[in-house]
Amino acid sequence: MLPTPSTSHVCFDRVYEPAEDSFLLLDTLSSNSEAAFLQNRFSNAQTTPPLVLEVGVGSGVVLAFTAANAERIFGREDILTIGTDINSFACQAAAQTIRTAITEYGHGKTVSLDVVNGDLASCLRPRSVDVFIFNPPYVPADLPDFARHEKYNILPDGQKKTTFEQDSYLLELSYAGGEDGMVVTNRMLDQIPEILSRGRGVAYVLLCAQNRPEAVKQRIRQWGPGWFTETVGSSGKQAGWEKLQIVRIWKEQA
Amino acid sequence: MKLITLNFVTCALKSCKSSPASFPLHPRDATLEVIETDLNLAFLKNILPRLEWNELCVITAELGLPPLPSSPPTREDLVVKPEGEVAEGAEAEEEASQTAKDLHRVLLETTVKEGKLVCGNCGHEYKVMEGVPNFLLPGHLV
Repeated sequence: MLPTPSTSHVCFDRVYEPAEDSFLLLDTLSSNSEAAFLQNRFSNAQTTPPLVLEVGVGSGVVLAFTAANAERIFGREDILTIGTDINSFACQAAAQTIRTAITEYGHGKTVSLDVVNGDLASCLRPRSVDVFIFNPPYVPADLPDFARHEKYNILPDGQKKTTFEQDSYLLELSYAGGEDGMVVTNRMLDQIPEILSRGRGVAYVLLCAQNRPEAVKQRIRQWGPGWFTETVGSSGKQAGWEKLQIVRIWKEQA
Repeated sequence: MKLITLNFVTCALKSCKSSPASFPLHPRDATLEVIETDLNLAFLKNILPRLEWNELCVITAELGLPPLPSSPPTREDLVVKPEGEVAEGAEAEEEASQTAKDLHRVLLETTVKEGKLVCGNCGHEYKVMEGVPNFLLPGHLV
């Protein structure tokens, strides 16, 4: 069993606390079958280090795990990681989670770029991402009112603490996904063909049963020739339905 | 924010993506901080093909840092040549050259603590606060 990064410094009043979905991502990425898939793509030490992007890092537990266990997952230690989150408090927390994990058990070989405050992957250069990871806000619930974002994304003027309303808003960002829980995920899926690198790019996206994963996968296969997707991890079986699943999305060279 | 991050990010505005002027983002009014980290020679050698060298030179010049070599270094430039005979079959520990140390300092140890990143195409300024760049756009630009 690979160690889970420490998130004891993170304030879970305003940053998403690692839960079943986060742990499913850790288990899937480090499973024998996914490690074999990723090593086949990336382990050649003569190639350039793969860039791993996680959108919506939250506490940073998934990206920290990936960075610190790069040898086991990718067959090489020189990988690059970058994270984004819409919540600036999550960015600060995740940066520390990743730093600590790399120093404590990652042999310090992986290079962590930064965790930047942003909307999905909008600030990444096109075609630059080799491995993309997304644990979206997937709960079917009304999206929060983004008009409050600028105000709630920083500490209130002259204060050292966030307010209760602010914390509720910031947590809503981490789970509320609008209709079918798919509003944010659909925006992200639209960006995936633009950001993935040609030839070796691969994406991992978590879906829950209410997201209608089979319909989502069907839509991805219609992106065009060469696009593939399959479920590579799942948890919480209920009456034959997987509560959560991880889909891998990739393009085969023509 | 490490300077190497600027090699991978661009303006968040969709309409800027196709314009060459949107990359690199230009640091302005930047407060820099050097945060020392261990040098990873294998990483530096492998990352070379991913670096947009001319753009990196622009950024370092704008920040008033010592100039980078005008052409990108090769893998060999990053290693000190072993002196004398190396015993047959012996795996000599490679030593980082001054070029490698300089590159490590610029890319991985030099960080923007406070300041702005400016898009050369639309002129939008992204703030950097406590080392975290903010790429969120105001509602009317999204």
